[in-house]
Amino acid sequence: MIANLPFIAVALLIGIAFAMILLKRNMIKMIMGLGILEGAVNLFLVSLGYREDGIAPIFTGAPADAAMVMPTVQALTLTNIVIGVATTALMLVFVMLIYKKYGTVNANEMRRLKE
Amino acid sequence: MNADVLFANLPALLIAVPLFGAFLTPVFGRFLPKVRDAWVIFASFVSSAVALLLAAKVYAQGAIVYVFGAAPGTGAVPVDSGGIPIRILFNIDGFGAFMLVSAAIVSFAVILYLTVSQSRRSSRSEFYALYLLLVAGVFGMVSTGDMFNFFVFLEINSLAASALIAYHRNGGLAAEGALKYLIVNTVGSLMILFAIGLLYAQYNSLNMAVIANQLSLTTLNLLALVLFIAGLATKAGAVPFHFATPDAYSVAPSGVTALMIVASQAGLYGMFRILFSVYGGVFTSATVGWIVIVLGVLSMFIGVTMAIPQKDIKRLLSYHAVSQTGYMLLGVGVALAVLGDVTLTNAFGQMAMEGGLFHIINHAMYKGLLFLAVGAVIYRTGVWNLNEMGGLGHKMKWTMIFFLIGALAIAGIPPFNGFASKLMIYESTFAFNPAVAIIAMVVSVLTLASFMKVFHSVFMGPELPEYAGVREVPKRMLAGMAILAVFVVAFGLVPDLVVDTLITPAADALLHQGQYVLSVLGGGL
Amino acid sequence: MIGTLMTGFGVWNPLIWVIVIAVALLFSWLLWRCGEADYEENTEQTTPYLSGNAEPEKGDVHIRAGNMYWGFTAALKAYYSRLIPLHSGIVNDYVSWFLIGVVVLFVVVILV
Repeated sequence: MIANLPFIAVALLIGIAFAMILLKRNMIKMIMGLGILEGAVNLFLVSLGYREDGIAPIFTGAPADAAMVMPTVQALTLTNIVIGVATTALMLVFVMLIYKKYGTVNANEMRRLKE
Repeated sequence: MNADVLFANLPALLIAVPLFGAFLTPVFGRFLPKVRDAWVIFASFVSSAVALLLAAKVYAQGAIVYVFGAAPGTGAVPVDSGGIPIRILFNIDGFGAFMLVSAAIVSFAVILYLTVSQSRRSSRSEFYALYLLLVAGVFGMVSTGDMFNFFVFLEINSLAASALIAYHRNGGLAAEGALKYLIVNTVGSLMILFAIGLLYAQYNSLNMAVIANQLSLTTLNLLALVLFIAGLATKAGAVPFHFATPDAYSVAPSGVTALMIVASQAGLYGMFRILFSVYGGVFTSATVGWIVIVLGVLSMFIGVTMAIPQKDIKRLLSYHAVSQTGYMLLGVGVALAVLGDVTLTNAFGQMAMEGGLFHIINHAMYKGLLFLAVGAVIYRTGVWNLNEMGGLGHKMKWTMIFFLIGALAIAGIPPFNGFASKLMIYESTFAFNPAVAIIAMVVSVLTLASFMKVFHSVFMGPELPEYAGVREVPKRMLAGMAILAVFVVAFGLVPDLVVDTLITPAADALLHQGQYVLSVLGGGL
Repeated sequence: MIGTLMTGFGVWNPLIWVIVIAVALLFSWLLWRCGEADYEENTEQTTPYLSGNAEPEKGDVHIRAGNMYWGFTAALKAYYSRLIPLHSGIVNDYVSWFLIGVVVLFVVVILV
C-alpha cells in the first residue's frame, strides 16, 4: 500500500490539474493547472525508478550487492522540468501579450479566433 | 577530416547542422547583418542536403541504426548492459527517410520565400533561428528510435512552432492563436510522456524496438496506446483534436504555416510509428484500425465542411489541412485494419498504405505551395478577408498560376500529384468498405468547390481600383513557390517512379515490424 | 511504360492523359484561329455591352466570396448551426475535447 502512495498522488494531481484546466477561465490559473499536470507526470516518472532500500546509482565506493534506484527516469524528469520551464515561460509571455492588446486574461473573452 | 567520416555520421549532422545554423544566426545578425540572410539560406540548404543524402543512403542500403557515443562496430547493444540498448540511437528506415525527403524539400523552398517576405519586419535573426530549430525538431522526430528522444523533439517542435506563430503580433491575434496551440499541444505531449512512463515501467526501456519486442496487449498498454494516438493526433490536427490547428495556422506568417504542415506531419509519423512498429505485432482485431479510419473520415468531412463558409483565406486553407490529414489517416487506417491478414494486405492493404503515405508528401508540397501563394497575395495587398479581394490575377500572374497548380492538386484533378494518391486511396478503400471510399470522393468534390470559390474571388474578376498598385512578388519568393510547384507537377506526371522509389520502401518499413525490431537488436535477443 | 501507376484494381497513366489534353488544346486552338480577326485592343470593342446602360463600378461587378455557396450552407443549416458553435475559440473547450477523445477511444479499445 505504502509503495503505491506516489501513484495515488499522481492520480490525484492529474485530476486536480485537469479540473483546473477545464474549469478555470483565468488563463494564469489555467497555466498553473498545466504546471501541476507537468508536476504529476514528473512525479510519476521519478517514482517509477524507486527501488526499496535503493541507493544513489553511483558505482564508485558502492557496496557490491547494493540495490540502486533507476537513474534513467531521473534524467527524464530533469529534462522534462527544463522543457516545462520553457513551455510555461512562453505561455505566460503569450498571456502577457494578449493582456496588453485585449485587456483581459479571461478565456471567454479571448476568442477572436473562432468558428 | 575526410568525407567518409562525415558520411558515416550523417544522422548526427542531421540535428547538428540546423542547430548550429540556428544558434549562429543571431551572431550573424548582430555583427554581419548583410550576410545574415545568405547564411540562413546556406544553413537551410546544408541541412536539407544532409537530410536528402541520408535518405538516399537509407534507400540504397536499408535502415540505418546510428548509436550516439558508441565506438564504431559495437552496435546498438553494449556488451556490458545485459542485452539492453541503453544508448540513445537514431533508427532511420524507409519511412523515416521518406519523411526526411518531404521535410528537406519544403524547408528549403520555404526559407527562400521567407527571407524575402520577412524583409519588412523587425528582429529577423531570432525568427530564422526559430525556423531552423523547428526544422531540427522535425528531423529529430522522424529519425529517432528512442521514445523519450521523440518526446524532446516533439517539444522542440511545439515550442519553436508556437513562437513562430506569434512572431508578428497582429493586434494580439497571433499570440492568441499561438497560446491555444501551445496549451493544447502541451497537454497532448504530457500525456505522451505519461504513456512513455507507462511503457518504461513495464519494460525498463525507452527504445521503441525493445518495447516492441516484448509488448503484450494489456489494459495498461492500451491506455498508453490511446494516449499516444490522442497526443499525436493533436499535433497532426485530426478531428476531434483539431480545434487549435486553424486558430494557429491562420495567424502564423504564411511561410511558417507551410513548414508547420510538415511539422504536423511529423506528429502523424509518430502515430504511425507507434501503431505499426511498436504495437503492430500485437493487434488481434481491427478495432484500432477502425479508430484511425473513423478519425480520418471525421477529419475529412468536418474539415472540408468547415472550410466552405470561411471568409478568412488562411483559415479556409487551415481547415483544408485538417481535411487532407483525414485522407492520410484513412489510407493508413485501412492498412492497419487488415494488418494481420496477409491475403487482404496484398489485395488492398499495402495499396491503401502507399496511397496514404504518398498523400503525406503530396500534401506537404501542394499545401505548402498554396500557403506560399496566399502569403504572396497577403504580402502585396495586406488583406486576409476573401470578401475584399478580387481581380488580382491581372497583376500577379505567376502567383495565380502557382495557386492554380496547388488548388488543382489538392482537389485531385489529373494530372497533378493529388490525383495519383487519392486514386490509390479510393480504389483500395473501396475494396475494404465502399461507404468510406464514397465519403472520400464527396469530400474531394467539396474541396474542389471550395477552391473554385477561393480562386475566383481572389484572382478572377475585373481589376479592382483599390489594388491598382499591386505588383508581382519578388523573384526569390516566386522561386520558393516554383520549387514546390515543380514537385507537384513532377510527382503527378511520374507517380509510378515516386511510388516505387520513395513510397514502397516506406510502406514496407511500416508493414514489416520484425525488420524494425531486428535492425536495432540484431540477433542479440 | 513510364508513368503507369498500378493501383491494384486499375491503371492510371498521366502521360497519356497529358497527350490527350494537348491534342484537345491543339484542336481548340485550330478552331480559335478560324474566328474573326478584327479584334482591336483599347477600342470600345473591349468594353462590356450592357444593353446600352452605363458600365457599373468595377468593384460592383465582381462576385465576392461571401456570395458563393450561400445556398450550400443554407441548405445544410441544421448541420452547420450545430457544428460551427463547437469551434468556440475557448481554449478550455479545446482541452475538454481532448479529454473526451481520450475517454471515448479508451472505452472503445477496451470494450471492442
